[in-house]
Amino acid sequence: MYVDPPDSATLLSIYRKMVQIKLNDDRIIAMMKAGKLQMPYYSARGQECIPAAISVLLTHADYLVTIYRGIHDMLAKGVPAKLIWAELAGRSTGACKGKGGPMHVTHPESGCMVTTGVVGAGMPIGCGLALAAQLRGESRVTMTNFGDGASNIGAFHESLNLASVWKLPVIFVCQNNRYAEHTSLAKGTSIERISDRARSYNIPGIHVDGNDPVAVYHAAKVAIGRARSGGGPTLIEAMTFRFNGHLIGDPGEYIPKAEYAAAVSADPYPKYREWLSSQGHASAAQLDAVEAEEAAALEAAVKFAFDSPLTDASEIKRDVFADAAA
Amino acid sequence: MSEQINTIQALNWALDDAMAADTNVVLFGEELADGEGGGVMKVTAGLSTKYGARVRSTPISEMGFTGAAVGAAVAGLRPVIEIMLMNFVAVCMDQITNHAAKLRFMSGGQTHVPMVIRTMTGSGFQTAGQHSDFLEAWFCHTPGIKVVMPSNPADAYGLLRASIDDEDPVLFIEHFPSYWNPGEAPKRGVSIPLGKARRVQAGSDVTLIGYSRSMLDIPVVAKKLEAAGVSCEIIDLRTVSPLDMETILTSVKKTGRAVVVHEAVRSFGVGAEISARIHESLFRELKAPVERVASQDCPVPFAKQLETAFLYSHADIEAAVRRTLA
Repeated sequence: MYVDPPDSATLLSIYRKMVQIKLNDDRIIAMMKAGKLQMPYYSARGQECIPAAISVLLTHADYLVTIYRGIHDMLAKGVPAKLIWAELAGRSTGACKGKGGPMHVTHPESGCMVTTGVVGAGMPIGCGLALAAQLRGESRVTMTNFGDGASNIGAFHESLNLASVWKLPVIFVCQNNRYAEHTSLAKGTSIERISDRARSYNIPGIHVDGNDPVAVYHAAKVAIGRARSGGGPTLIEAMTFRFNGHLIGDPGEYIPKAEYAAAVSADPYPKYREWLSSQGHASAAQLDAVEAEEAAALEAAVKFAFDSPLTDASEIKRDVFADAAA
Repeated sequence: MSEQINTIQALNWALDDAMAADTNVVLFGEELADGEGGGVMKVTAGLSTKYGARVRSTPISEMGFTGAAVGAAVAGLRPVIEIMLMNFVAVCMDQITNHAAKLRFMSGGQTHVPMVIRTMTGSGFQTAGQHSDFLEAWFCHTPGIKVVMPSNPADAYGLLRASIDDEDPVLFIEHFPSYWNPGEAPKRGVSIPLGKARRVQAGSDVTLIGYSRSMLDIPVVAKKLEAAGVSCEIIDLRTVSPLDMETILTSVKKTGRAVVVHEAVRSFGVGAEISARIHESLFRELKAPVERVASQDCPVPFAKQLETAFLYSHADIEAAVRRTLA
């Protein structure tokens, strides 16, 4: 693990994003348990280093398409936490004024263009965003994220084919957390490595340890470089695990106890922290400071959300069509 | 006599003029480029030669390229895609109804999807159950997408220009059995506003309401009825959703009688919605219940005599009118 790391500042940026994602996730679950948030929540706890490591290679100009399990992706991409929190709380200041919720957070200013609640549906859309960039001669790339289950739906296959035929600047990121809802990879997927499916579409497939931010960083760097230079799409499969089941409330009885215990003991978050300090990339005091800063930022985001007014019911008439949106 | 052209030519003009006017307009779909024949019905003939990469033939991947159009539209392009036959929308419904139609609302107005889905359909050529259906009601039942159904070449031109300029997704349904019928040529560069019906003929006894295919039949029956002393007012909806209720109600208030005619099957159709709305607004002023004339509630059959039995006849329209007069 952690082979050929980038500079310490980059490593610390990745860590900061991981901290932010973990703290937000913990807090969302706590607020749900306290009855302060009511929503379906698909926690990505355990998967945070994938978007954290990828997003240090992106700018706001790059596009992101993500899914219902995507708040980690949004935060890493730079969607302001306060807009996410206000969205979850149904406030008028929410990213989507409370009309989208956790499964549809959108924030074009940071490149978060579409978030879908339909498995696999983001991939064709990602192709279209990439097509727009290609036709306009822009250098921006599109990251489209999904889980292992989505590799079995038609949209995945149509998208990889289309992206290959049109050499689109898109990166397909499969965050393989080993379960498609309640069905294990082995039971629902015909192939051991989803990255091998890339070969069928004549595009590169990269299989990487999604719990190793350095490995994810290098995989993403290659894929992003290829896309930016006109070399076309890449499929990245990042192996990971989700600690909180399919959605909050899922007791996870379909996961063998030993598998779950092993995954939790391989939690990438404390391991990475330990490695950063033991290798001298950051002092314990520096890491403590990052955590304190992110905790304070989270408090401010939560306060912003709950201090904001609830979205007025009249909003249901707006944004259906442009005509009524004024 | 003014210049006569057919609907294929009118649509080609509309696409050509829209592409010349706005470089954001791009076309894709199966076989659209000249290398593949310029479209199965030649609607896009010559355009790829003229506009290069802005006109693309796609693999047979309706879900893939419809989703790509959604993404391209979110990024600011104005894609006009062709779903070769209307029945094939069934394989990309998710992208149309869950994404194109909803992204403006779910994003709180931050994104929108200015795309046009052109498709064609109609019985009469013995194309049977999966190549002939009028499915407009599915989309009229989906808030966020407009449904436009021209009945003649001039309207096809003007409505397609307006659809491409519209800020929201438009499903543009063409009646392909009448593609080759000549009609008055459109005035190039002039759009026909969406959401506005056209009063084709003034009359005093009954209002005949149609769109697309039924506008070929209604005038024929009306002429026969006129000879028998029944004065018919004729309304061509042009845009089916949103409905121009103002034009409909103004007419029915005057005549006190209405007959809605469409090729789509009868149950839960556009005719039912129009009938309900007329009754809601004009119940006390109606001289007879609103009549519906539509196809039989079965899949479109193959054998000629069965296909003929499926579709309404001129006699059905005449009988419906006579029932309102009884």
